[in-house]
Amino acid sequence: MSSSFLFNATTLSYLVSMLLFFLFLGSRNRTIGYAGSIIVYFGFILQTVAIGLRWKESYLLGIGHAPLSNLYESVVFFSWTIILIFALIDFRYKFREIGAFVVPFALSGMAWAQLGLNSGIDPLVPALQSNWLLYHVVTCFLGYAAFAVACGVSIMYLIKVHHERALGNVSAGSVVARFPSAIILDDLNYKAIMVGFPLLTLGIITGAAWANYAWGSYWSWDPKETWSLIVWFIYAAFLHARITRGWVGKRAALLSILGFIATIFCYLGVNLLLSGLHSYGGG
Amino acid sequence: MTTTKDSFASSVWSFFCSLKLTISLLIALAAASIIGTVIQQNASPEQYLKEYSASTVRLFDALNFFDMYHSWWFILLLYLLTVNLVACSVKRLPRDLKIRSVPTLTLDEGVEKSLSLVEHRKLSGNAASLRDKMATFLRKEFAEPLITEDKGVYHLFAQKNLYSRFGVYLLHFSIIVIFIGAMTGSYLGYKAFVSIEEGTGVSAVYKSAAHDPDMETPEQLARRTIDLGFTVRCEKFTVSYYDNGSPKEFKSILTVIDNGKTVIDKRPVIVNDPLSYKGITFYQSSYSPAGEPLFHLTVRNRKGSAPAKLSLRQGERVALPNGTLLQVLGYTEEIKSIIPQASGPAVKLALTPKTGAQQQIILLQNYPDFDSERGGDLIFAYKGLDQKWRTGLQVAKDPGVWVVWVGCALMIIGICMAFFLSHRRVWIRVESGRVTIGGTANKNQAAFRIFFYRMLEKLGKE
Ligand code: HEM
Repeated sequence: MSSSFLFNATTLSYLVSMLLFFLFLGSRNRTIGYAGSIIVYFGFILQTVAIGLRWKESYLLGIGHAPLSNLYESVVFFSWTIILIFALIDFRYKFREIGAFVVPFALSGMAWAQLGLNSGIDPLVPALQSNWLLYHVVTCFLGYAAFAVACGVSIMYLIKVHHERALGNVSAGSVVARFPSAIILDDLNYKAIMVGFPLLTLGIITGAAWANYAWGSYWSWDPKETWSLIVWFIYAAFLHARITRGWVGKRAALLSILGFIATIFCYLGVNLLLSGLHSYGGG
Repeated sequence: MTTTKDSFASSVWSFFCSLKLTISLLIALAAASIIGTVIQQNASPEQYLKEYSASTVRLFDALNFFDMYHSWWFILLLYLLTVNLVACSVKRLPRDLKIRSVPTLTLDEGVEKSLSLVEHRKLSGNAASLRDKMATFLRKEFAEPLITEDKGVYHLFAQKNLYSRFGVYLLHFSIIVIFIGAMTGSYLGYKAFVSIEEGTGVSAVYKSAAHDPDMETPEQLARRTIDLGFTVRCEKFTVSYYDNGSPKEFKSILTVIDNGKTVIDKRPVIVNDPLSYKGITFYQSSYSPAGEPLFHLTVRNRKGSAPAKLSLRQGERVALPNGTLLQVLGYTEEIKSIIPQASGPAVKLALTPKTGAQQQIILLQNYPDFDSERGGDLIFAYKGLDQKWRTGLQVAKDPGVWVVWVGCALMIIGICMAFFLSHRRVWIRVESGRVTIGGTANKNQAAFRIFFYRMLEKLGKE
């Protein structure tokens, strides 16, 4: 079985799971929610195997390297980390409903990778031949994934409070009534960012360490570096506002969404729109 | 008079302590940094004029947008951030130190009111036996208690993760450490470049290249020259390729000679594996040909003379014994893209006979008999070329870099302490036949609440 077949199956699983989660919110039928979770984890296992297979396939081609070296591979890995973070929240806090707002991120990644990106396994150019690649990419993407989850939860939060305000109290039968309470969503947003922030910090530090090792300068204000710092500033501002000034609710949700937009720009926009050292991601 | 002075000073002080300033600075830095990623930094004036109108260039230049991250106003923001950090730490630290050195040991009425988690239990036994029971309980379920007595009432106090209160200071301090490391590097270190021809050595390197090296005066060159104090030789430079033609490895073989002694002998340096000597590090960065390649050919007569060797450079015209002029027009390391059926290196030659028209021929190194099919009197074969390379090395000296790494490590530790640990405190007041239990955490109250009630459940069972 080839990795690309499994990646297609993964994409399909995420699609089905997302639809089930939507149905779950609409129907309030617990079995459907359960099925959504089962299928998303099934997809996650497929994807894990596929990433491993792709790793192995690169060795069979004689150019073995971790599958994190081009845009296709990074988008696939990003999807994988998003589901990983979702799973952690699902297991720990049992709020399956947020799947409806988190799985779409992972699905869009997989769909874009499978339909729109070149999935060829290329050999590593000299600049990327380093173990730092692994440490750097893994930490950055885990951080990004936590921010993606925070963003999904924040969108849910905004919808929830908007409805509550518009309708007085949400009628028990509506979709929004199925959402976790506003307080819980607000808290999950904060928790996800609290996990993402140290990971992003590690990602920036490992990137700096690698840059120092590869060309003797840990910081050169390259657009990608600068954007990662911008993202870091935004979430640092979020945490300060939250911890010491008690910014909760709507403002926190908006800041979290802004942070994720900046994250996506840092990941994709910089490669597609600006020039810099990280051009590999544009391939 | 003094009061206005005092109030001015104190309002300056509270401005620098304020969290509003922090958030504004963080957002301002984020917004400002965007400028530098949109406008190319440190390009040449000509490049800017191509992109923007002359008046825009003047404006951007006046605002330092072309070297933004080193502009006075960006540096000022960083200084403000530092002052802000120091000020808020100075303001807060005494309070946290007091919590450490003078802990609240008794659960009196005032403390009890300030706690959100307080429970009363009726338990049989006199105060002394309950005290021992509670002490064992705290030791087992939470932490070692401190016991005080006040008029026959016992107070037990236990705490965990007191030091997590100082994570924030560590975290904030780490940012200053990183700044110190960065400044050390920028004042005492340098970034430079050198290119070394194969078989030669250098003992000086050059700081950032001038925009137009041809226009550079000797004084300007001298100003950016750095004497290494030792010699670095490039023995050999090689590039290897993957099957698909993309580069696989750039490799320089370097030797370091200090005081006439070879201290590092023929060390291969590739991208992601630099060479360090005496605090100066050399990174493989680029390469270029050194001079024209020398092509090696053989030529023989169709009638059967032995092949004669012939070497020439590109463009050079060489006369053969029969008067024909020979010239190399071009070459490639891989012919496949031009002739898909063939592979390997090839040269293109121009043959100009004494009389008659010029003729262009192609020779393939991997197919030595290829030229005989042309049908000419002279049969050529291509034996390869000699190309000398220059390796391009990035050179860096940064005595502050380890300070930066220490700062980064402190930052990670500080973040984990500040985010994931909370200072938890539990008090128990023991009177005859009844105990009062209170607790608090400085962060993540929700999790502490769960912990607190779980603990109480166990008390019920004992
Ligand atoms: C970049 C420069 C920074 C500045 C100027 C700064 C400044 C401040 C200030 C003024 C406070 C308020 C202290 C008070 O309540 O009196 C604070 C608190 C805090 N800062 Fe920062 N900070 C910076 C970076 C960071 C970073 C990167 C983090 C990591 C997320 C961080 C985490 C915190 C935390 C957790 C608190 C709350 C402390 C508490 O009340 O428990 N700070 N900071």
